[in-house]
This record gives sequence, structure tokens and C-alpha cells, in this order.
Amino acid sequence: MSEEIPVWEVFIRPRNGLSHKHVGSVHAADEVMALQAARDVYTRRGEGLSLWIVRSNDIVASDPSDKEELFEPAADKIYRHPTFYDIPDDVGHM
Amino acid sequence: MNNEGALFNGLLRLSDDHLVLGHRLSEWCGHAPMLEEDLSLPNMALDLIGQARTLYAYTGEVEGKGRDEDAIAYLRRESEYKNLLLVERPNGDFAHTIVRQFYFAVFMELFWQKAIDSKDATIAAIAGKAVKEMAYHVRHCGEWIIRLGDGTEESARRIADAIDALHPYTDEMFDVDDTTQSLIDAEILPDSSNLKDEWDSLIGRVFAAGKISIPEQYWPKRGGRRGEHGEEMGFLLTDLQYMQRTYPDMTW
Repeated sequence: MSEEIPVWEVFIRPRNGLSHKHVGSVHAADEVMALQAARDVYTRRGEGLSLWIVRSNDIVASDPSDKEELFEPAADKIYRHPTFYDIPDDVGHM
Repeated sequence: MNNEGALFNGLLRLSDDHLVLGHRLSEWCGHAPMLEEDLSLPNMALDLIGQARTLYAYTGEVEGKGRDEDAIAYLRRESEYKNLLLVERPNGDFAHTIVRQFYFAVFMELFWQKAIDSKDATIAAIAGKAVKEMAYHVRHCGEWIIRLGDGTEESARRIADAIDALHPYTDEMFDVDDTTQSLIDAEILPDSSNLKDEWDSLIGRVFAAGKISIPEQYWPKRGGRRGEHGEEMGFLLTDLQYMQRTYPDMTW
């Protein structure tokens, strides 16, 4: 079946003001059926207000074997985290 | 027939339509051709069974003999069920199930759209909720019918077979008799016979998109409203009633 029917990635926005979040995938012949399948599979318990679907083949992904050059350089650059500031008490919760 | 007797009978018909079709769809659970439809079909079943529950509860209230939804839904004899023959037809293949669902959902969407203006506040409230659920059934089944009709040679043949088999059962939806006429006169339920033209044109539009033709000649089949059912109904009720018959008054 998976050879004939394409796979689609499903994204749900749970509330106004939040962003769409990846929740899983569905099989469907085209975008109309994919949207319905996503609705039927992933919104049965009131999970969302909006659905996005994207063909899995259209997603460009990083190569797992590139992870050392892509992500390790960030590991020792702690100054990129905003943790070196003294925040006055009366600023409150940030 | 007095108005309360008519209301009881009218509600019973609607309740039975929804329970029986909901039960048929639930038979797909775990057997659908793909996971996505294995959720979609029971989703639709749950919509129908939910509507049936509300309808049965109101039916019992109108009857005023202390019967609750379970007593009416599960503890009657076959001839006391007044559902359309269409909804008790066996699932057959996926095409049969989708065509049966499409025929009924298009009809019920039109019916509930009108019933929103019912003089009976409970029916108007049920209609307001049900109309949204039916709109999705129409959309989902309609998209499948277009794709099956305009798909492969096999899918086109299966959808044509389903239409040949099920179309004769559609006329019964639009029938009006003494029971319904008094409810129509009292503006409690819409006049089903007025929905036929719009139903034909909605069905026709989807069939045209799927390159499907509607049978020009067929022999209409009816009887469910009088409690005259096909032989499949007995098997359906055996499954449906088993728990209540075996463990009377059981609850979950």
C-alpha cells in the first residue's frame, strides 16, 4: 500500500496564538483525502483548531551523519544563552 | 393518531435509523482497508450512535412510560424497529458502505437543516448539532465516491455495483404517511418528500464528478417503516442486543 499511496506529515495548531506542531503522519491518495484522514486520525479528542498537511517527500531533512558538523559547534558556546544578566527583582517574571 | 403518538413514532423511526446505521459502521472497526479509514468509519458510527442516544432518550420521555434509551434501543422485537431498509443493508465492500453512508448523510443533512426551525425545541437542538456531523459525512463519502468512480477499472465497477444494489432503497427516505404528515402539519418535523429534488441534485453533482451514472430504472424497495425487514436484520439485532439480553440492565 505504501508504494501506491503517498505519506503526509500532519501538523496541528491546538489554540490561537500557538504554532502548528508535528503530530504524526497519514496515508492518503491526495491532499483532500490527506486532510480528512488527518482530521479523523489526530483530532478525535479536540486537539486542534487548524491542520496543516505536507507531503513527506517534500520535506528537506538534514542528514543524520552530518550531525557533528551541524550541531556540535553549538555545544561550547554557552554565551549564546542569555544567562549572564542580573535581572533586578522588580522586573518580575521574564 | 394523536400528536404525542405521532411524535413517539416519528422519533422512533429517526432513532432506529441512526442506531442501525451506526451499528453497521461499527462492524468495520478493526477491518477497514487502511488505518485512516479504520478510524474514519467508527468516527462516523459514533456520530450516529450519539445522535441515536439523544433521540431515544427523547423518545422515552415523550412516551412517558419510564423506558430509558437502553430499554428502547435494545429490548424490542425485530418488527418493532422502524428504520429504513437502506440503513440495515449489509456493509458489503467498502464501496457499498460509502454509497449507503452518502445516500443517508445527504438526506439527513437536508433534513436537519430544515429541522433546526422545528417548533419542538428538543428536535431543533438535536438538529443543530447533527447537521455539522452530517456535513462531514457527506464531504468524506462524497470525496471517496468521486475517487472510486473515477479511479481504476475495479473501483469504478465496485461503485457501480454498490449504486445498483442500494439505489432502490432510497425512495423510502422521502415517504410521508399519516404519522409524518401530522408532524409536518404541526411543523415539528420537515416534509421529507420536499427534500427529494435537492437530494437528487446533490447526489448527481458528486456522481458527475466521479463519472458515475444514476440508475434510470429501478424497483423501489420499502418496508422498514412498517417494521418489515430483510433477513439480515435478525442477525444485526442478535449482535446488537446480545449484551442487554444476556445481562439484563447491565451498565458499563
